[in-house]
Amino acid sequence: MKAPPFQYHRPQTREELSALLSSLENAKILAGGQSLMPMMNLRVLAPEHLIDINRISDLAGIRETADGIEIGAMTRQADVLSSDIVKARIPLLIRALEHVGHIQTRARGTIGGSCCHLDPSAEQPAMCAALDAELIVTGPEGRRIVPISEWFEGLLQSALGEQEFLEAIRIKPWAKGHGYGFAEYARRHGDFAVAGGAAMIKAGNDGRITRAALLSFGVEASPRRLSDAEVALIGQPIDKLDIEPVVTEARALDAMEDVHVTAGYRRHLAGVLIRRALHEACTTLERQP
Amino acid sequence: MSGRLFGAAITRVEDARLLTGTGHYVDDIELPGMLHAAFVRANFAHGRIRSIDKGDALAMPGVVAIYTMDDFADIAQGPMPAMAPHPLLKTPITYHPLSDAEVRHVGEAIAIVLADNRANAEDAAAAVMLDVEYLPAVSDVVLARVANSPTTHSQYASNIAATMKAGFGDCSKVFAKADHVLTEHFDIHRGGCHAMECRGVVANIDLLTDALTISTSSQSPYMVRRHLAAYLKRDENGIRVMTPDVGGGFGPKANVYAEEFAVALAAIKIRRPVKWIEDRQEHFVATTQQRGQIWSLDVAFDNDGRMRAISGHCIHDNGAYAPYGLILPATAIASFPGPYALEALDLTVDVVLTNLVPTSPVRGACRPNVAFLLERLADRIARHLGIDRQDVRQRSFVKADQMPYTTGMKARDGSPISYDSGDYVGALNLVLEKIGASDFETRRKEAKRRGKLRGLGIASCVEDTGLGPFEGASIRVTPAGRVIVATGASSQGQGHRTAFAQIAADALGVELDDVTVETADTAKFPLGISTIASRIAVTAGSSVQLAADKVRAKAITFASHQLEVDEQDLELEAGAVHVKGIPDMKIKLSEIAGALAGSTGVPLPGNMEPDLAATAYFNSNALTFAYGANACEVEIDPETGDIRVVRYVVVHDCGKLINPLIVDGQIRGGVVHGIGNALFERMIYDEQGQPLTTTYGDYLLPMASEMPPIEIHHMETPSPRNPIGVKGAGEGGTIPAAACVISAVEDALGPNGPFISAHPISPQQVVQWLEVAR
Amino acid sequence: MTDQSVTFTLNGQQREAAADPRMHLGDFLRHSLGLTGTHIGCEHGVCGACTVIVDGSPVRSCLMLAVQIDGGTVETVESLGKPGDLSPLQKAFSANHGLQCGFCTPGMLMTLEAFLRTTPAPTEEDVRVAISGNICRCTGYQGIVQAALDTASAKANRT
Repeated sequence: MKAPPFQYHRPQTREELSALLSSLENAKILAGGQSLMPMMNLRVLAPEHLIDINRISDLAGIRETADGIEIGAMTRQADVLSSDIVKARIPLLIRALEHVGHIQTRARGTIGGSCCHLDPSAEQPAMCAALDAELIVTGPEGRRIVPISEWFEGLLQSALGEQEFLEAIRIKPWAKGHGYGFAEYARRHGDFAVAGGAAMIKAGNDGRITRAALLSFGVEASPRRLSDAEVALIGQPIDKLDIEPVVTEARALDAMEDVHVTAGYRRHLAGVLIRRALHEACTTLERQP
Repeated sequence: MSGRLFGAAITRVEDARLLTGTGHYVDDIELPGMLHAAFVRANFAHGRIRSIDKGDALAMPGVVAIYTMDDFADIAQGPMPAMAPHPLLKTPITYHPLSDAEVRHVGEAIAIVLADNRANAEDAAAAVMLDVEYLPAVSDVVLARVANSPTTHSQYASNIAATMKAGFGDCSKVFAKADHVLTEHFDIHRGGCHAMECRGVVANIDLLTDALTISTSSQSPYMVRRHLAAYLKRDENGIRVMTPDVGGGFGPKANVYAEEFAVALAAIKIRRPVKWIEDRQEHFVATTQQRGQIWSLDVAFDNDGRMRAISGHCIHDNGAYAPYGLILPATAIASFPGPYALEALDLTVDVVLTNLVPTSPVRGACRPNVAFLLERLADRIARHLGIDRQDVRQRSFVKADQMPYTTGMKARDGSPISYDSGDYVGALNLVLEKIGASDFETRRKEAKRRGKLRGLGIASCVEDTGLGPFEGASIRVTPAGRVIVATGASSQGQGHRTAFAQIAADALGVELDDVTVETADTAKFPLGISTIASRIAVTAGSSVQLAADKVRAKAITFASHQLEVDEQDLELEAGAVHVKGIPDMKIKLSEIAGALAGSTGVPLPGNMEPDLAATAYFNSNALTFAYGANACEVEIDPETGDIRVVRYVVVHDCGKLINPLIVDGQIRGGVVHGIGNALFERMIYDEQGQPLTTTYGDYLLPMASEMPPIEIHHMETPSPRNPIGVKGAGEGGTIPAAACVISAVEDALGPNGPFISAHPISPQQVVQWLEVAR
Repeated sequence: MTDQSVTFTLNGQQREAAADPRMHLGDFLRHSLGLTGTHIGCEHGVCGACTVIVDGSPVRSCLMLAVQIDGGTVETVESLGKPGDLSPLQKAFSANHGLQCGFCTPGMLMTLEAFLRTTPAPTEEDVRVAISGNICRCTGYQGIVQAALDTASAKANRT
């Protein structure tokens, strides 16, 4: 289980990285390595070139900008988890990150790496989808902003071009006091989820929902927003929610099956978990006086 | 037995090294000129190799040699010797060190690559080209048994390697008279081993003497030496096999493996040291696995729940080879009738070959299977009759006043098997009291308010321990006063050095620090069997006591000559023999050892045999029977199906405890292994025999975050069958655990829930069961 | 591939060595530098046996390349106490029989060493979650969990 041979590159700047991406064939970017390294040790992947971006210091870090909170692609999961800005402004992401891997993998694993690898059960890209994040991508043509809705192109497949790299993830936080909820089911703590759900809601003074985001992940090949149910929630009083359309939409997803679980069980869990997430969102919602 | 140290919960002498990174495992060995091996392994389950093309691979960086079986023809050839020949196995079904052309499971070793480092060896292994004629693979054990099934080995007409039968009494008569008869079918799924240290071998040939030295992560170093000597036609004296620190065994490391032979052959051929360290991918396809079985059982019982007779048939998934003969299926038979006093028993076990990784004992061998069967039947009877589960057991168990109890089964030599001592009903009552069974319904209701289904499970077991024939030990006191204990029993983390030092130090009146224990080096002790089957405390532990008794007697004899005092007036204490009542009239052990080591021209007193040393073997001719009663509580999330074991209580009796700290550790680790079997660990193959769960992302081992604290209570009924009164403890945690957890899950699912007859069970199944029950 | 030079701080001492870029940190420590206390259990980032502390955080050394450690700081099990002078955590492991075969032990120790630095007063659940990425096949985990709890409370009592 030793990785196959490769040429190792360690750019210090974005410019060097861009140059390498433009000139090298069959190259892989090494971010935190918590998915790539196992795949190489298992010889599932054998890139000719490995481009280690851990030394490009300005790819990491969390900052507030006029357009939202920018989380650098190389920001470690442990650093996102302990970030005061994220705790205060994007609490849903914190809830989700508590379920990501283990103390050792969060110390290395990066939010950008997870968003580029796109495991269907990965919490971070899923939360980006729930939060309508934007991905800031740099390529030979310069910088472009990809809305998360255009990021997922299939199983383990993102919209990132071969010569592009992910710079940062930009999230516009919801207003203070919004409700957020997260639920997933994994066999063991830190395992990839069998399925999961996230919910965010905002309510007006009358206690009726004015904005909702609902998402199931780990069910289909990519995280899926439950758009019909989001619409159906608008205007509903949060203390008398009709939750059935939400559960129904989640249970109607085109669920994956694998050697461990059936599509039917995944659909069932999708329904259970989105309901739990929504309940939690109702309890974290700060009611306006 | 008990003394200053015997019976004390002292911390282990092994710990300081292992805690500071100064342990010495096989992968820590570095030798000058050492080559690193990687194997070319089959990625198909059944096929015949037409040709092997090493050309490109041989030219790759760092590659020194690539060998196939043909390349060893000048050294040795043919299949490996059978480790445990059995009369029912007409021809041994063993591996060749490297495949002899027909490959019978994914992972079988075909060629060995030697290179300057492991990474380069792996690169080359991937570049060796095979031309293969694929043959139909047999993956499902039930289909494998059908008459027209393709065969696992093309030269055999059938996949049934052997049919084993055992029993006693007249089942048809008891079934005809019993109030009730039920038939149930059981499916116990295959799992893996997963010692945290994979296997590994370093072989080295001495260029001057041609002596072969093997360091191997093994439970059976003496078997490796014996079989390698036979295979290589070398004298045993020319082969030294050592086990350094071994990172867990759990059964599979008791086999003599093809890789051990292939690495030795490669070292002989290339005349350089060769190291092979199994990686985790290899472990999933080349280390033996555990106990997949399909059972059909009829049970006869009376209106009061008393179990009277069992008749059963088993389809045993053997895998592709039988390196350990029929040991594994034999343990299924040997585990009946458990704690139950039956009038009749009739068992048939079909040992069926499949194109899967071979099976051999893993912690408990097939004893956990049988505990599962018997305990499930007891619960089933209770449910059928509408009575308490414990009533079935209390009415059916062998009673304490029946001890020693002759079960009706026969040992391999034809002698009747008898349980030596124990109180099975007492153990069950104690565990029910300790878990608080009487107020369990309160906890069930409280859980219900939280939306959880809580269940109480119980399971008992009897475990044959101290399997023969023997282990041995030698003890030598050096002129410096150190006590050196050497034994053939190998260690894989059980704390043998501590336990044996406790026994020896007590017997010789010395301190623990005065004792050094050396285990499983064929150059230091001549014979050993294996560290398996909860046998080492009984066999090797007793031999240490016997050897120490001899040394003690010799010291007293010497002192008697020297002090001119009768032997009965002397005693050994605090490292010296002194005259009773006159502590100052003494001779130190070191002085005796020095005198008996001899001085030029000076005769030994009383013409005594030189050396303050002795060797003893303990022949374990009659098994000792440990037993236990477990109870646990689970909580189920009815929406996700998640099962959480929230409490676990063990009552265990393994006779006298040498070191309670170590025994408790054995039990706790064993219970967690059993919980893994019940809820997590499932080795899955597809219809073509391809393994589908070969990473720790897919094969789930129990982790700290899901495991409960485990509470232990000991009963200490000394065994009359060995000098130290002990019974084995290595597997008593595992044996009833899966049965206990499944019993609790079934209880949680309620009276409309299913009868659970398989494991591991999954949350998905729980959800399905609850839908049906609704 | 040509070896690359790596300079880093290992257990408080500056070290310089060459590494094949494809060699992972665990193999580098064990086979290039002879620090065999770190063990390799699965090489796909699940078992935790190879855990070492890099720049203050516990990481899986099988999932980091040796060349990545250039300029960094590594702490291994060899940095804790020595036989006869065990660290409080090591002593607690022994007292609670938190190890049997010893193979997972260095990874457990380094995980908990890092964890207890940032979480001085953990609950039992906290400890179990902290080591949820470390497999032990021998102990059933209980002794390990208790060792961590005892170490934390002893330290709290001292200060």
